[in-house]
This record gives sequence, structure tokens and C-alpha cells, in this order.
Amino acid sequence: MTWDDILPLLWPATVETAVMVGWSTLLTALLGLPLGVALVVFDRGGLRPLPALKSALGFVVNVGRSLPFIVLMIAIIPFTRLVVGTTIGTAAFVVPLTVGAVPFFARLVETALREVGADVVQAAQAMGASRTAIVVKVLLPEALPGLVAGLTVTVVALVGYSAMAGTLGGGGLGDLAVRYGYQRFETLLMIVTVVLLLVIVQVLQSFGDRVARRLSHK
Amino acid sequence: MIQASGLRKQYGDTVALDGVDLHVREGEIFGVLGRSGAGKSTLLRCVNLLERPTAGTVTVAGQDLTALRSAELNRARQRIGMIHQHFALLSSRTVAGNVAFPLEVMGVPRRERERRVAELLDLVGLQGRGKDRPNQLSGGQKQRVGIARALAGNPSVLLSDEATSALDPATTQSILALLKRLNAELGLTILLITHEMNVVKSVCDSVAIMAGGRIEESGSITGLIRTPGSRLTREIFPLPAPAPPGSVTLTFTGDPRQPVVSEVVRKFDVDLSILGGSIEDLAGGSVGRLRVALEGDDTAAALDHLRGAGLLVEVEGS
Ligand SMILES: Nc1ncnc2c1ncn2[C@@H]1O[C@H](COP(=O)(O)OP(=O)(O)OP(=O)(O)O)[C@@H](O)[C@H]1O
Ligand SMILES: [Mg+2]
Repeated sequence: MTWDDILPLLWPATVETAVMVGWSTLLTALLGLPLGVALVVFDRGGLRPLPALKSALGFVVNVGRSLPFIVLMIAIIPFTRLVVGTTIGTAAFVVPLTVGAVPFFARLVETALREVGADVVQAAQAMGASRTAIVVKVLLPEALPGLVAGLTVTVVALVGYSAMAGTLGGGGLGDLAVRYGYQRFETLLMIVTVVLLLVIVQVLQSFGDRVARRLSHK
Repeated sequence: MIQASGLRKQYGDTVALDGVDLHVREGEIFGVLGRSGAGKSTLLRCVNLLERPTAGTVTVAGQDLTALRSAELNRARQRIGMIHQHFALLSSRTVAGNVAFPLEVMGVPRRERERRVAELLDLVGLQGRGKDRPNQLSGGQKQRVGIARALAGNPSVLLSDEATSALDPATTQSILALLKRLNAELGLTILLITHEMNVVKSVCDSVAIMAGGRIEESGSITGLIRTPGSRLTREIFPLPAPAPPGSVTLTFTGDPRQPVVSEVVRKFDVDLSILGGSIEDLAGGSVGRLRVALEGDDTAAALDHLRGAGLLVEVEGS
């Protein structure tokens, strides 16, 4: 294989990876953020202590986190079919990617929110702020740099997951590496894919770091 | 202005407050003193119900807070300012944003908010610093932001938990001067917790001394100074201990230049040696405390004369 053979394969694969990671990141942020907030707010000593609910949520999150992604992906095939109507193709894999990343991100959200000082929360309570106001005006803005850092880690993890998803029919760079690099011993393509993944991860990480730093006023 | 009755607070087996009654009059600066773990913070946090007391009631500005439901309690809290040892400012907001926070919570419209923030920053001596971030300020400036924020809702009461403990002595004095000024100009009632006697001496009108979740002693400083055996007096005027039997401790308020002592020496022909003493400027005026040994034929008459001149006379070991 030469460059002329590789490039036409590389571009669509990159787009597929971007689509999988992009959508699943968006959905993960939308679902994981409230879940992370719930883990903090409903905790014992939280703004609205509901220990039973918190334990239930924590359990679900732990189950999601303890399953290896490849197992999870296969285990939730029926659910994926229910949601998107099919289990192959890039769109179908947004579902397992999101399901796999939500618990992961929710824990990172939880950690970031716990970093917010108890004294700041208490000061807000002493000023008569409602629970909603405390979440929206204190917890989330104060934790923003940590949330961005957490989302960055999640995106990077999703790039990795998406490569695994590729091997089961999701397409993308992982699929390319397996089909050509592994099964047909195309060393050049293998190297190019690896470098490309490395660059993508590096760019995402340093962009995330930069944003987090810009937002931090500690 | 603040009336707490029969306050108890238990955390599991720990009794943090064990039946506390507190009465803070309108317009006074009331200090709470006590060792670490005495329950001072718990008491303060019960006043705005950050902690719900296990038993007892808290009334602030005529409103029984313990009877309020959460939304009403939030509204009542907007009229009770609070400042904190480590300032508790939001690092995600500018100085102006921090001061605007309680106004947002109260639903004050944007225009009005901006006007009020400028006014408050002016009041605490931070005009023009609104766009700064809290991490660009010194400790004293941060506490000024905390004070401006606490005053946003025009509170009648300000609660302060060790608000100067993280500051150096000069900055402490400037923050205390600011509190004193707000007390005088706005008629703000201040309940402050401290472990620094210096804070009590320079701003407080009244104090309570706490130990083991109870109030051991409380009242106006001038009143306590005139009470024999008061712990406050002993803390403010440390004298060498133990006092020799028969020695006399004299506490005098008012103009320290009155020649009462030399008068007694001349008039009753007694010898007087000074064992220890000091003069302190307290918020209510200057107070002196002197331990002396008296010798002579008519020491009893001499002591009577001193009592007659308005001094508090405590005779040791009699
Ligand atoms: N949230 C809590 N849970 C359990 N125990 C607590 C809690 N808050 C306070 N206590 C206990 O209550 C007692 C009084 O604590 P408090 O913080 O009121 O003391 P303090 O006088 O403010 O001390 P310090 O000068 O160290 O601030 C202590 O024994 C403390 O351990
Ligand atoms: Mg304390």
C-alpha cells in the first residue's frame, strides 16, 4: 500500500471517528452532568440529602464503570437496537459509547463538584440562596475548570472506546487499523493510524487543559 | 435584636450546645469568647439556622426563625449578613460579581444591582476594584469584599465567625475599625466570635464566655468588669498568680489620672506596694486593674474609702 491508497481510506475513517466521538461526547455531557450533580446533591450532608436515591444512582454508575467497554457494548445490543433501530454503522455505536462514558463522566463531575469548598456553599446558604441557585450559581461555576478537565479526559477515553467500537462494525480509525493493519499486515497504514490517533488525543488534551486553565482563578 | 433561648445542639453523642440563652441588644457589638470546641461556631450557625438546633428557639429582629419554612427562612436570611474566617468568596466571579450575588438571589434587577454594588464597594473602601478577581486581593481586601457582600441586603444583623483570625494585626485593626464604623453609621448589630482578646477589647460592648457548650458568663463589658471574680476581667488583665493572701485587687474605671491611691496612702497612713497591674483601653473607656499589698493600722478604713471612690475592691483569701 502506498500513500495514494491510504489517504482515501483515512479521510472517511477520521470523519466516522469524529462523528462517533462528537455525538457521544455531547450526549455524555448532557446526561452525565445532571447525574454527577445528583450524586452530590442527594448525598448525606448534601444540599438535599436522599441517601437511598444516592446509593441507587451510585450503584448504577458503578455497574457501568466496572464493565469493560467491549463487554458493555455487546451486552447492550438489544438496547441499541431499541434506540436507533440497528446495531451496525457509526450512528448505532453512539449509544454504547454514551452509555459507557456517562458513568465515567458523572464520577468526574462528582469529584469536581466536591472540590468546591463547603464554606462557599454555606456562605451562599447564609445569604438565603435556594438549592437551585446554589447548584447553578455556585457549584457549577466554581467547579467549571474541573468540569472542563473531566470532559477532556472523557473525550480522550471516548476516542479510545470508539476504536474498539470500530472493530464491531462502527467504522472509524480503529476499524481501519484492525482491518488493514492487523488482518492484512499493512504496516504503513498501521503506523499512520496510530500517529493520527496520537495527534488527535494530544490536540484534544492540550486544548482542554488550556481552556481549564483559562477558566481557573484560584 | 437576637434572642436565643434554651439552645441545644447535639451531633450524635457530642453535645455542642448545652442550653444556651443569648440576648444581643439592638445596635451593640456582642463578642463570644471561648476555647476551641466550646461551641462558638455552632452557636453562631444556629442564629441563622445553618444548623438547626436540637431544641430551643432563635428570634432575630422579632422573627422566630425556628418556626419558618425553607422559603421564608431564605428570605429572613437575606436580612442577616454573615462574614467568614476564610472569606468564602466565589473565585468564579469578580469582586463586583461577588457583591452582586446576594442581590441576584433577592431578585434585584440588573441596573439597581450595579448601582448598589458600586455603593457597597465604596462603603468598604474598595471603589474601583470591582473588576478584580478575589485572588488578586490581599486578605484584608478579601474580607472587605465579604463585608460588602454581607451588607447587600441591608441587614439589621451581622454575624462574624473569626473574621479577622486569618489576618495580620494591622489588617485586623483596620477591619475592626470598619466594623465599628458600620455599627455606628448604620446601627448594625454585630455578633462576633473570636478567640482574640484584642478584638473584644477594641470593639465589643458586651461579651459571652463559652465553655463546654454553655455560656459561663455574659453581659456588658463595663458590667462584667465591675463584677467580682469575673473571668473576663481576669482574661483582660492577667495578674501574676497565685495572689498572695491578703493582697488586694483594685479595678478602676473612668479617668485613670484620679489620684485615689496616693490619697488613700496619705489620708490613712498605710504602706502600699504594687504587685502587678495594667491599664487597658476598652470600647467603653479605659479600665485599670492593680494588685497591691496594704500595710498599716487602718487598712479596713482605707479599703472602704477606695470603695467609696467607686473602685471595685477584691481582697484575696479572706
Ligand atoms: N458538623 C459537626 N459534626 C459533629 N460534631 C461537630 C460538628 N460541628 C461541631 N461539632 C462538635 O461540636 C463541638 C463544638 O464545635 P464548634 O465548632 O462550635 O467549636 P468552636 O467553639 O467554634 O471551636 P473553634 O474555636 O475551634 O472554632 C466540638 O466538640 C465539635 O467537635
Ligand atoms: Mg469555630
